[in-house]
Amino acid sequence: MAKSTQEIFDYLKAAYPEVDLVLESAKLGDPWITIPAEHWKKIAKFLRDDSDLRFDTLMCLSGIHYPDEVLLAIACHLHATEKGHTLAIKVKVPESNPNIPSVESIWKTADWHEREAYDMFGIIFDGHPDLRRILCPDDWEGFPLRKDYVPQESYMGINTKYTEVEASDD
Amino acid sequence: MIEIVQKGKSRPEMVINMGPQHPSTHGVLRLEVTLDGELVTHVRPHIGYLHRCFEKYGESVGDYGMVTPFTDRMDYVSAMNQEHGYVIAMERLLDIEVPERVEYIRVIMAELQRIASHLLAVGTFGLDLGAFTPFLYVFTEREKILDIFEKSSGARLLYNYMCIGGLMRDVDDDFKKDTEEFVRTFRPKITELQNLLTYNSIFIKRTAHIGVLPPKVALNYAASGPVLRGSGVKWDLRKNNPYSIYDRFDFDIPVGEGEVGTLGDCWDRYIVRVLEMEESCKIIEQALEAMPDEGDVQQNVPKRVRTKPGEIYARTETPRGELGYYIISDTSAKPYRIKARAPSFVNLSLLPAISRGSLMSDLVAIVGSIDIVLGEVDR
Amino acid sequence: MTWLESLPLAVFVMIPLVIILIYALFAIWMERKVAGFIQDRLGPMRVGGWHGWAQSFADLLKLIQKEDIIPAEASKFLFRFAPFLMFAASYAAFAVIPFSSAYMGSNIDIGVFYLLAITSLLTISVIMAGWASNNKWSLLGAMRTAAQMVSYEVPTIMAVLSVIIVAGSLNLMTVTEMQSGNDTLGFLPNWLIFQNPFLLVAFVIFFISILAESHRVPFDLPESESELVAGFQTEYSGMRWAMFMLAEYADMLLLSLLGAVLFFGGWNSPFGGFMDGPIWGFFWFMFKGMILVFVMMWIRWTLPRYRVDQLMYLCWSILIPLSFINFVLIALWEMLF
Repeated sequence: MAKSTQEIFDYLKAAYPEVDLVLESAKLGDPWITIPAEHWKKIAKFLRDDSDLRFDTLMCLSGIHYPDEVLLAIACHLHATEKGHTLAIKVKVPESNPNIPSVESIWKTADWHEREAYDMFGIIFDGHPDLRRILCPDDWEGFPLRKDYVPQESYMGINTKYTEVEASDD
Repeated sequence: MIEIVQKGKSRPEMVINMGPQHPSTHGVLRLEVTLDGELVTHVRPHIGYLHRCFEKYGESVGDYGMVTPFTDRMDYVSAMNQEHGYVIAMERLLDIEVPERVEYIRVIMAELQRIASHLLAVGTFGLDLGAFTPFLYVFTEREKILDIFEKSSGARLLYNYMCIGGLMRDVDDDFKKDTEEFVRTFRPKITELQNLLTYNSIFIKRTAHIGVLPPKVALNYAASGPVLRGSGVKWDLRKNNPYSIYDRFDFDIPVGEGEVGTLGDCWDRYIVRVLEMEESCKIIEQALEAMPDEGDVQQNVPKRVRTKPGEIYARTETPRGELGYYIISDTSAKPYRIKARAPSFVNLSLLPAISRGSLMSDLVAIVGSIDIVLGEVDR
Repeated sequence: MTWLESLPLAVFVMIPLVIILIYALFAIWMERKVAGFIQDRLGPMRVGGWHGWAQSFADLLKLIQKEDIIPAEASKFLFRFAPFLMFAASYAAFAVIPFSSAYMGSNIDIGVFYLLAITSLLTISVIMAGWASNNKWSLLGAMRTAAQMVSYEVPTIMAVLSVIIVAGSLNLMTVTEMQSGNDTLGFLPNWLIFQNPFLLVAFVIFFISILAESHRVPFDLPESESELVAGFQTEYSGMRWAMFMLAEYADMLLLSLLGAVLFFGGWNSPFGGFMDGPIWGFFWFMFKGMILVFVMMWIRWTLPRYRVDQLMYLCWSILIPLSFINFVLIALWEMLF
């Protein structure tokens, strides 16, 4: 039987009373559960292995930057093939210490997703076997999807700055 | 001279760069392959050569509507499906109902695009294995689909046809006739393809038992689309989690059965695509029958959509698998964060797991059977 | 001997070269046309007017004009030498092919032996090209070729030897001459393929083997463009690459003509005495050869490619045992009848 996010939240709350879980939602769209970074891996394993939940696939893992709160976050969208329920989870960490445990050992697909989040946001995934940049070149500076990102002036002698070219008359 | 490394007692190995310019990496994928003779001992994919900053653009361009053309350019061989995924995500976020006729046209377009994309996939798969002729046969058919698209949208590859709340314009007058004609002439061509390629004994030898992906591993890697179904998992969002109006149609989900080899081998992934084309034909026929002839194709949505804060993760089934858009909106006219979960990206990440211990030629077959589009991998 | 005296000899020797060049231009055009028709398209249609007949000339002109690129790290001498060695080997083998009852380069008694020996040089030139290029793809292509050509030489030779038992001579002219006239029943030509049922099997083995020897699909692993980029030719361009192409097409013709001599009566007319004679003989001989070349093209544009281990399996586990058994059966048949 497919569970709603509220039901899953209550279920998790019962299983982990000591963990500070928060159910949040915005004005539009779907709700999500926020989990503290230090408990993320433990809960991820529980989400996958518990017989009532069985979230066997990690559909998506995306990095998010909240410059106002000086936070970095990941959003994980889970899906259970047999049970049919889905769940959104957020893990938030401060920008100064952006360490989140890696879930690569739980869902293999997290490997590349986490590399991408590292590449774009500079979130460091502890325990990831091969945390390199994935889309940008290895020696790229900065994390492009952070809201305060300033592109580097030049890369390998190529000017990366966008300059408006005046339209000529001919 | 060529460097052949011998480490310790192990056998000498050669590291070879397959790509980014190589005939069968389907674009600019680079595989760092470690070879022992012709035996592949390790593969390391390097991606990012086609990274065009889709997500950064999405956050920077003018408004939500202006993101649609960029979604086209992600998976450029199934642009309609990419647009469909995006507009569905936005409509779910904003809770917009679209007119009936729009839904039908969108579904027909998406299914035609699915056929076109699968045709390309099976054609180039044959090409990877050295069969040149089927490639041109399927391209003839693909051209006909592109002609239909061109008549309605004005473009042959990147359409920008769907928009939030409807379509850019109504379909061409001949649309119904053309599509019916196409479906009728297309069915015998599938049989032709089956005779020429699918049951060719050399083709079977090259694809059966190669690159076996067990269902458990496939799920753990979050594989989707024909890659997942090739492993025998009956999972298709159109059926299991219907979006748009897919719940109204009667169609099957073909899965791999290990007919000529092991379950989840290259041949199974291939045959799933071939059989899916037939299912798409069924959907198109039903949709054409039920489609209202008259009606508005634009819901009253402002050109610059204003939103409230919100979050949505919406997924649709593209020819390559599950395409997810994760959109965070705020009060401005631009998305705060937009992430595309590209099926090719995820499917490609399992390449090292299934290609270890195969031969060089098998590696080509495996990459072909995963059917990646680098535009979507790198976004 | 002055140069004037040696001139007729030079002309005599050059005849196969002219034939090869004209044939190569024609065959490349034909390959494209055959591919076009099989793939439901037209092929070249523009150059020269009628069905793009001059396309090959245009290509040749383009190739001549191209810059001759030699990779910096390549072994320069071997890199330059390989294409010419390859063509020389193909060309030398034409010496023992009886083009007509009136023309044969060198009427030697060990013709078949010479031909098989000289074509082995092709393997060496391919390895030379692959190794000298200093490119990993070239090297892989060369290693594949070496393995493939050496392996497939065995069934080729066994199939040829089966014919030689029946014919009783290594001289290809003698082999052709003994196939003149009609057979005992009077309606089939007296060709070797009709003389002995096991020779039909030998022909099948022979044909599969020559496909592999001349690296045509489904055995085009040395070049396999979707795997090894272009195999041993990866670093070649311009005229040197054209030499490889020429050698390859020449090799195709050579082996097809050998097939025509051994199984289809060489320059003998299929209609007994009708349309016979040296000129007609040349026509019939080339006609038979071209039919085999056409079948090779037909196969190329129809089938996918084998994998390297499957190729070896086919050779060592199927073709070679079969050719040995066939050899014994043919010998038995010859003793009994």
